[in-house]
Amino acid sequence: MTLALGKDLIGLEYLSPEQIRLILDTAEPFKEVSERAIKKVPTLRGQTIVNLFYEASTRTRTSFEFAEKRLSADTVNIAAQGSSIQKGETLVDTARNLEAMRIDMVVVRHPSSGAAQFLAERINSNVINAGDGKHEHPTQGLLDLLTVRDKVGKIAGTRVCICGDILHSRVARSNIWGLLKLGAEVAVCGPQSLLPRHIEQLGVTVFRRIEEAIAWADVLNVLRLQLERMNAGFIPSLREYYRVFGVTAERLARAPRPLVILHPGPINRGVEIDSQVADGPHSVILHQVTNGVAVRMAVLYLLAGGRPDLAEAAKGGREGGE
Amino acid sequence: MKPLLLKGGRIIDPSRGFDQTADLLVQDGAIAGVGRGLGAPDGAETMDVAGLVVAPGLIDLHTHLREPGYEDRETIATGAMAAAAGGFTAVCAMPNTDPPIDNQSAVGFVVKQGLAAAAARVYPIGAVSLGRKGEQLAEFGELVGAGAVAVSDDGHPVASGHLMRTALEYSRTFDIPVADHCEEPSLAQGGVMHEGLVATRLGLKGIPAVAEEIMVARNILLSRLTGGRVHLCHMSTRGSVDLIRRAKDEGLAVTAEATPHHFTLTHDACNGYNTNAKMNPPLREPEDVAAIRAALKDGTIDVIATDHAPHHYDANERDFDDAPFGIVGLETALGLGLTVLVEGGVLTLPELVARMSTAPARTFRLTGGALAPGAPADVVVFDPRARTRVDPQRFYSKSRNTPFGGRELAGRVVRTVVGGRTVYRAA
Repeated sequence: MTLALGKDLIGLEYLSPEQIRLILDTAEPFKEVSERAIKKVPTLRGQTIVNLFYEASTRTRTSFEFAEKRLSADTVNIAAQGSSIQKGETLVDTARNLEAMRIDMVVVRHPSSGAAQFLAERINSNVINAGDGKHEHPTQGLLDLLTVRDKVGKIAGTRVCICGDILHSRVARSNIWGLLKLGAEVAVCGPQSLLPRHIEQLGVTVFRRIEEAIAWADVLNVLRLQLERMNAGFIPSLREYYRVFGVTAERLARAPRPLVILHPGPINRGVEIDSQVADGPHSVILHQVTNGVAVRMAVLYLLAGGRPDLAEAAKGGREGGE
Repeated sequence: MKPLLLKGGRIIDPSRGFDQTADLLVQDGAIAGVGRGLGAPDGAETMDVAGLVVAPGLIDLHTHLREPGYEDRETIATGAMAAAAGGFTAVCAMPNTDPPIDNQSAVGFVVKQGLAAAAARVYPIGAVSLGRKGEQLAEFGELVGAGAVAVSDDGHPVASGHLMRTALEYSRTFDIPVADHCEEPSLAQGGVMHEGLVATRLGLKGIPAVAEEIMVARNILLSRLTGGRVHLCHMSTRGSVDLIRRAKDEGLAVTAEATPHHFTLTHDACNGYNTNAKMNPPLREPEDVAAIRAALKDGTIDVIATDHAPHHYDANERDFDDAPFGIVGLETALGLGLTVLVEGGVLTLPELVARMSTAPARTFRLTGGALAPGAPADVVVFDPRARTRVDPQRFYSKSRNTPFGGRELAGRVVRTVVGGRTVYRAA
């Protein structure tokens, strides 16, 4: 049996369109597990997974933990606070110690770009990137793709604009790679001080006015504006940001077609998006969260060596029976 | 010391445009003669160097020898020996040690350790400011009196325009160059690689080319204002090259250096988060590399300098943001010059020797860079046609941080002679 994804999931840049489609397709049967009364299947029984979080996270860590538990894996959470990490242990030493405990997988979040790959190159366990610096957040990208596919019906040809702080966003990078590989048209929109240099060379359109983006797009993926960006001088104020770049009901009302609104969360109401839009009929923000668990179950299953064509059977606990 | 007769080599002396097959006699620490059919004096060692190049020893204006303070990475003794093994007969040691070389006794310490090393000559560079803090001028007079050949706060730029102006003005009394690490701090802050498409893809914070160019422009203007000699360290961008070219056309007292890694590699080397490609200034774009090469050809950039920056072996076993900047360079510089520049058709062999020996000597007014009779016998003998695979485990340097490990390079240093004494001989 060939491994469908290889050893690790580091970023969507490094996956083929076929591999991305495979994960999305594998996620479909896992969606149903979370709808059951008893939300648990024995697929990863006996597997040990460490969730190694060097940055605070509620949504992603919880989502991974549910995905792991619903697949019956044994999980351990390590957060930077109160661990040996805080005592100055280096990433490579932490990795070697974890490896010595004979674990199967590590889900890692780290403030430095490249940290997940660094870990993956030094341990035999599967490594899943849960966000590394400003590089990638591949499972977020995948759940966004799944949500677009659910809500628009297709990804190829769909116009998706990612709005906000692209410069510091790993979500933006994973979305750009995933969407482009599946044939979407991709744009980014924000003040130029928050756009990376040469971003257009990746094959995306650049808008510097939110009105233009709204006129163009089928889907807006509105990124969270980190409050510290204002203090670092990238934008003058949150108030002005909302005025110039905020995704508001008034602006959306002028769109030539109804837009699907994504947001990776947590949202700043009244900064990058107003409450009416976040809570409105076109917002799919909570659907993204639900899809997050299914996509992460699919990734865990595939990296553990599960056969994509057997996912339906696997979730019923009959994986050994064919 | 026995006299040494090097017989039948290709003698290259760019200081007087000399490039002929001839003999070279070293006696009493000096060049005693250059010519055909020289006889060996009594008791002389005769070495057949047919097919080899005999050149003035290489001179590196920019090394970090780490002593005092970081002896786990390099000492003056190991650095001077690595230099000799790389064909260098003199190196200039940057003052960003702990404590920094900002007073005459610290300069004296470097001189003393250099003499004790008895390998390549070690010339101290003094700090521009006390503690390298960028606030108060160091005592240039005492630094020079103790043996400093230039001043620099390298590792940091001289951020204050006023301090740089004052340093250039004050340096004129002692006729020393002020060497600056050109980087506008607020533009470079937090950056770990070149700001460009690769940084965008990797999600790493970039250092824009303009961070260097703004300071190059400032330093050129201050040199024009003061008449002080400014030396621009490790130039990396095409914009800097344009600025320097214009300054030289104007006849200003501006000199510049470039490193082997900046004429060899682009920011693509950072792919995969390769921490051995993390440099400051960062590796740039192909157009920048082309401009640096062209500038070495036409003399806009005077000097090849290594920026030899040893780091402890586990320092690069980190994520990219936390890894240190810089690589060791003394033992790969000549090989990269021969491979990339000479075999690459950019420079002739005599031009390479000029950029690595004659021009550095002239820039910092050091002994060497010539094979004229009567000059101190600082000589390198190398085989330009040999192929050597870079094996960091065999470096004389204490450190191994290089992106060139495993690469096959042209050239092999056969013998390095300092003041008539052989300090390195290939096994």
